[in-house]
Amino acid sequence: MITRIPRYILSFFFFVLFQVFILNKIELSGYLNPFLYILFIVTLPFETPKWLLLVLGAILGLSVDLFLNSAGMHMAACVLIAYLRPFILRSFAPRDSYEVGTLPLPNYYGFAWFAKYAITLIIIHHFFYFFIESFGVETFVSTIVKTAFSSIFTLLIMLIALLFTYSRKRRI
Amino acid sequence: MRSILHFIIKYHLGFLFIFLEIIAFSLIVTFNQNQRALFLSSSSKISGDLFETTSNIEQYLALKTINEELANENAYLRSQMIKSFKQSKDYFTLLGDSSTTTQYKYRAASVVNNSTKHTFNYITINKGTDDGIKPDMGIISPRGIVGIIIKCSKNYSTGLSLLNPRLKISAKLQESDFFGSISWDNKTANTVILEEIPEHASVSLGDKVITSGYSSIFPEGILIGTVDGVEHPIGESFYKISVKLSVDFSKLSFVEVIENVFQEEKIKLEEESRR
Repeated sequence: MITRIPRYILSFFFFVLFQVFILNKIELSGYLNPFLYILFIVTLPFETPKWLLLVLGAILGLSVDLFLNSAGMHMAACVLIAYLRPFILRSFAPRDSYEVGTLPLPNYYGFAWFAKYAITLIIIHHFFYFFIESFGVETFVSTIVKTAFSSIFTLLIMLIALLFTYSRKRRI
Repeated sequence: MRSILHFIIKYHLGFLFIFLEIIAFSLIVTFNQNQRALFLSSSSKISGDLFETTSNIEQYLALKTINEELANENAYLRSQMIKSFKQSKDYFTLLGDSSTTTQYKYRAASVVNNSTKHTFNYITINKGTDDGIKPDMGIISPRGIVGIIIKCSKNYSTGLSLLNPRLKISAKLQESDFFGSISWDNKTANTVILEEIPEHASVSLGDKVITSGYSSIFPEGILIGTVDGVEHPIGESFYKISVKLSVDFSKLSFVEVIENVFQEEKIKLEEESRR
């Protein structure tokens, strides 16, 4: 358990920097804004205390905000999914609950389970973020369209990113 | 008292959640409503330095286009030199007169961060108060207008990009001199909307749209773009014109900051006469 902490700290910085310097620079279309960095919240261990989840969510969102001139918007969306994560995990739990020592990753529970769990969090995060961002400026429809396209795109990148770690840990 | 404590402890998660969300929303309300108060902005020291490093790498990859642009601008500037005008005696006396009062000063800067796909887009450049940059100066690129500086730190400045609905710029049609205001409609990164052009104006596709010079920020005649489509909303006496921007915001690398030496004087005079 303790040995995982340095890896999570590293991945925190990696996700923030990857988001700010690579994903946000890729110009695809105004409707495709992937936010891969929430993978950090998605993959935190099952046993993470709920208060820590909220605090980590707030710090993660705030550090992304720092770079994107969007004071508070990512923070609000991240805190929301950090708060909802335990409920969503519980509702997607397998029959015999989650095993001790496993992580919410496709290695342990398969890609189908992970996709279901991740897309729920992604949609909530993206919708909330785009809703705040465009508050009063854009129409509701375009927020929905943005959410739909970006969510699918984020999930796609997320699954590709996780493929790199897939075969290695399968033995466990 | 004890029962209140008990209540808080029992629902501490909910309270923490609400507390964090309140912080987030107060940040949003304080620092996003008022465009001049970017607090956690990309002109801060740490993020500014990081952005500069990555933009150095990006600029290296785009050297060819940048060189082309600089060469073009060199050529343009050379054509503006006194030598490239036909010299006659009376012309020179006039020119000597106007050169003693420079109204606009230009400073070159390079873009270290820029976005085009958010609802509110900002641009960060690598010059700040140490180089004499102040808020409310204009930013242009060799191809046309880019935005306005809103906040400066020692070595960096953040500006509103033209692709930001909070920025409105006074503009006019080059052909007919009718003026209106330019703003972004949040749709694509290469078109903006020109409004308030009266319906009796003659507009045709391909007309040039330039700055009007009525604001104290930009001089008259800087290119904004060309007319791309004209719409006449029913029941209104104004056209809604979509303008194709001359600047490609996704490839911005070098810009110039314009300082209007008489800006304060003009604003002061206008305020006094309004009283």
